[in-house]
Amino acid sequence: MTAIDRLKLTKQLLAALEQGDEPGVDKLLDELAAIRETQLFHEVGRLTRQLHDAMRNFTLDARISELAEHDIPDAKERLNYVISMTEQSANQTLTAVEDLLPVAQTLNQQSRKLAGNWERFLVRKMPYEEFKGMSHEITSYFNESRDSLEMMQKGLNDILMAQGFQDITGQIIRRVIALVEDLEASMVGLIRLSGTKSGATKTVPVPDLPGPVVPGVDDAAGDVAGSQDEVDDLLSSLGF
Amino acid sequence: MKILIVDDFSTMRRIIKNLLRDLGFTNTLEADDGKTALPILRKGGIDFLVTDWNMPGMSGLDLLKAVRADPDLGHLPVLMVTAEAKREQIIMAAQAGVNGYVIKPFTAATLKEKIDKIFERIDN
Repeated sequence: MTAIDRLKLTKQLLAALEQGDEPGVDKLLDELAAIRETQLFHEVGRLTRQLHDAMRNFTLDARISELAEHDIPDAKERLNYVISMTEQSANQTLTAVEDLLPVAQTLNQQSRKLAGNWERFLVRKMPYEEFKGMSHEITSYFNESRDSLEMMQKGLNDILMAQGFQDITGQIIRRVIALVEDLEASMVGLIRLSGTKSGATKTVPVPDLPGPVVPGVDDAAGDVAGSQDEVDDLLSSLGF
Repeated sequence: MKILIVDDFSTMRRIIKNLLRDLGFTNTLEADDGKTALPILRKGGIDFLVTDWNMPGMSGLDLLKAVRADPDLGHLPVLMVTAEAKREQIIMAAQAGVNGYVIKPFTAATLKEKIDKIFERIDN
């Protein structure tokens, strides 16, 4: 409907009014109003779509910039923590093994030596003086082996405790995987948007349970217990 | 003394099992989340529960709540061994009736201390 069309209708309306043609006036007024309404609806529709697209772009952009600014560096910190935890655990295990192997070796040598002498004693090929020496050796062997075996027990416990890294790092890596999936979904959303019609993007919800505390990442807000002592203090303040 | 160890990571279950054996507790059972732990507990005979918090299926906190809500299990001592260290979470666990709370990574000495403390309180 052009301006000329509207001008024409307006002139007709004027003519109808001058002639006192009431039904004609009503009909022309309706026609003019209809034009107005159609244009208005078109405009509202266009604005709504624009707003919708802008909103969608905005959420997507916000999520992606959040990922880039916060989540990716955060994931890097977490993965670095995984490296340092596994390194620490490997070192703890290696240290225990390095400490224990010579102890086991010494015990082995001593018991072989004693077993040889004991054999000679059983077949009565050992002079009395040598037997006295051997009984001293046996006594000191018992003492030494007790200490050595205690050391080995402690070392084996150290190795046992060192394996705790698997649980902690497993939990951290799971979170990073969730982040990568989130990033992937956002990227796919962005590609869809720049292509044809846009599809819904889904964001991974923030986990209810934040999991292992990564130093320098999770403890910045001061709402976590950094050590068992802090846990104990908190619990005792609650009457534990 | 029969102890049930609940954790979704088998390595952690083995660590706790071995530590407990070192402390003289040789009779242990294992479950990988609250859902599998509850039937074992309800069968009876468990004297002590050591549980993680964050597990798929049923979390340790829900397990704790279920235990406290069960008339047969209500008084079972529960030690939580978890990486969850937020203050609000520790308070939540305390309010749900946990008997001890150890954060990962922990030492053998810490575990022993908390277990001793729990039994000390029960004996009194």
